[in-house]
Amino acid sequence: MTILRKLALGASMIALCCTAANAADRTVGFSQIGSESGWRAAETSVTKQEAEKRGITLKFADAQQKQENQIKAIRGFIAQGVDAILVAPVVATGWEQVLGEAKDAKIPVILLDRGIDAPQDLYLTSVASDQVKEGRVAGEWLVKTVGDKPCRVVELQGTVGSTPAINRKKGFEEAIAGHKNISIVRSQTGDFTRSKGKEVMEGFLKAENGGKDVCAMYAHNDDMAVGGIQAIKDAGLKPGKDILVVSIDAVPDIFQAMAAGEANATVELTPNMAGPAFDALDAYLKSGKQPEKFIITQSKLYTPADDPKGEYERRKGLGY
Amino acid sequence: MKRLHLSDIARPQLLALACILLLNWLVFPGFFTVTWQDGRLFGSLIDVINRGAPVAILAVGMTAIIATRGVDLSVGAVMAVAGAVAATAAVVGQPLIVTLLGALLVGLACGLWNGALVAFLGMQPFVATLVLMVAGRGLAQLITEGSIVTFSDPALIFVGTGSLLGLPMPAVIALVLMIAAHLVMRRTAMGLFVEAIGTNRSAASYTGLRTRTVILTLYAFGGLCAALAGVIAAADIRGADANNAGLWLELDAILAVVIGGTSLMGGRFSIPMSVLGAVIIQAMNTGILVSGLPPEFNLIVKASVIILILVMQSDRIGELVSRRFARLKLRGKS
Repeated sequence: MTILRKLALGASMIALCCTAANAADRTVGFSQIGSESGWRAAETSVTKQEAEKRGITLKFADAQQKQENQIKAIRGFIAQGVDAILVAPVVATGWEQVLGEAKDAKIPVILLDRGIDAPQDLYLTSVASDQVKEGRVAGEWLVKTVGDKPCRVVELQGTVGSTPAINRKKGFEEAIAGHKNISIVRSQTGDFTRSKGKEVMEGFLKAENGGKDVCAMYAHNDDMAVGGIQAIKDAGLKPGKDILVVSIDAVPDIFQAMAAGEANATVELTPNMAGPAFDALDAYLKSGKQPEKFIITQSKLYTPADDPKGEYERRKGLGY
Repeated sequence: MKRLHLSDIARPQLLALACILLLNWLVFPGFFTVTWQDGRLFGSLIDVINRGAPVAILAVGMTAIIATRGVDLSVGAVMAVAGAVAATAAVVGQPLIVTLLGALLVGLACGLWNGALVAFLGMQPFVATLVLMVAGRGLAQLITEGSIVTFSDPALIFVGTGSLLGLPMPAVIALVLMIAAHLVMRRTAMGLFVEAIGTNRSAASYTGLRTRTVILTLYAFGGLCAALAGVIAAADIRGADANNAGLWLELDAILAVVIGGTSLMGGRFSIPMSVLGAVIIQAMNTGILVSGLPPEFNLIVKASVIILILVMQSDRIGELVSRRFARLKLRGKS
């Protein structure tokens, strides 16, 4: 008995000394939604990179779009006694029970990329982008670029009714409000895909005097913009010159288009949600400092002046 | 059985197409303007046949399958798989003949798989093809590793965006495929076999028809058509998008077949009419794009038009109308 107790004491002492000696030597569980899009794949690989950079052992669980898998993964992390849990929640509801269990086990939980409908004391913080701001940054770029010249804009919306489509539309409209020379003359959904983006843009160009009346194309994501750029080229116009192209996400292919002079601006939806999350976690575990409840990632604007070739090279291996 | 003349079957669909084109012209006066640009035709009408081509190609394969009381729900997923195969082959520098053959063979294999499940294991076509509808997209994602694989092989891109005699390549391919399939169905006994199986499969078996082989062939052809559509879709955007290529297009293809007047109960079918159905659907889509209607209305407009077309086609309505006409004629004579 005494031997056992001594052993246990020794083990806990060792554990204590090591945590004290190297705060970065942590284990963090990450429950990812799945890999439904290129951006999500990039988020996963960036999270792994960020963890490695900080010497954090990352336990990764892919939920394959199912909440029950995420709940199972979180329970698994709790049982393994990880130091913190990152969750990219697949849905907004139904998290109270399992996050309560994590709280009882004193394991901080950080939400990535999406919010949830649950009491705020159940998680340490949430890291996400501001989609309205993304739209606004795109709109402000256009306002600055065209100046006082009249500009008829066509908009390729995301999937009808989806949160990013609603927010990115709202932000853009906020930015161009009060500038009477800029107006959205056509707006249709391209379902966030290249092929629909191309098809919708083809229709727009025909309806707008073969595209001669269009001054700019605003796409809610880069994929639709890439499709739209092809449609503009097919119509015999020069994307980036005859028609300005601004979109959101900053995926590698838009930088390729930018390097070729066919796209003018993109607003980054950073896949690096984990970096700020790890920083907040570090501060919290070291000094008990409560981070802000909502950490908003930067919505950075990229233009051809920002070395599109280099950006393409930097991103293409991330799994977009 | 009463022999139907082509004009009897074609009337409601042609009328529907004319109505939709007229509506498109009313909301956008430049709808019929076709110009010559960069060595090819350019205009909204050309967009209709170009964008409608993938669904038309799917419908060509789907028609005969539906005529045997079957259905192929996997064509959208097979499109994604074929596109992924073509794109990955093009990226490693394979010539067009290899990429095309590879994609078509994979499509053929998918079709054979479906056909084997239906013909030899006796599975319900709905369930049998549902398997590949779900698994196929996963397979495509596996091939592309979840990202959009872009390529720049000009020969492959030509398949999706090139033009022949001014007409867009996809439309040319769809037209050739339609004529070939129609000839095989109507100039050989194949069409008769299909109708016999669709009307009564066991009766067809008892007459000595190898129903299993015929059904296997039809599903294999359906897979081949889907692969062709998948290559076109990938070539069009110069990339294979495993998540979105062909998404829900199986439903459009079935709709095109139904609008074309092929019975879901089997037996009666016409491949050119299914292609016309695909053109009607696309005329509607393109019309919505040039009309400036907010996207929230897209689905409502489409649904209303489709209901109208199907009502116009219904036998009951047809009878009512012709009876009314007959009465009017009688009255006029007396």
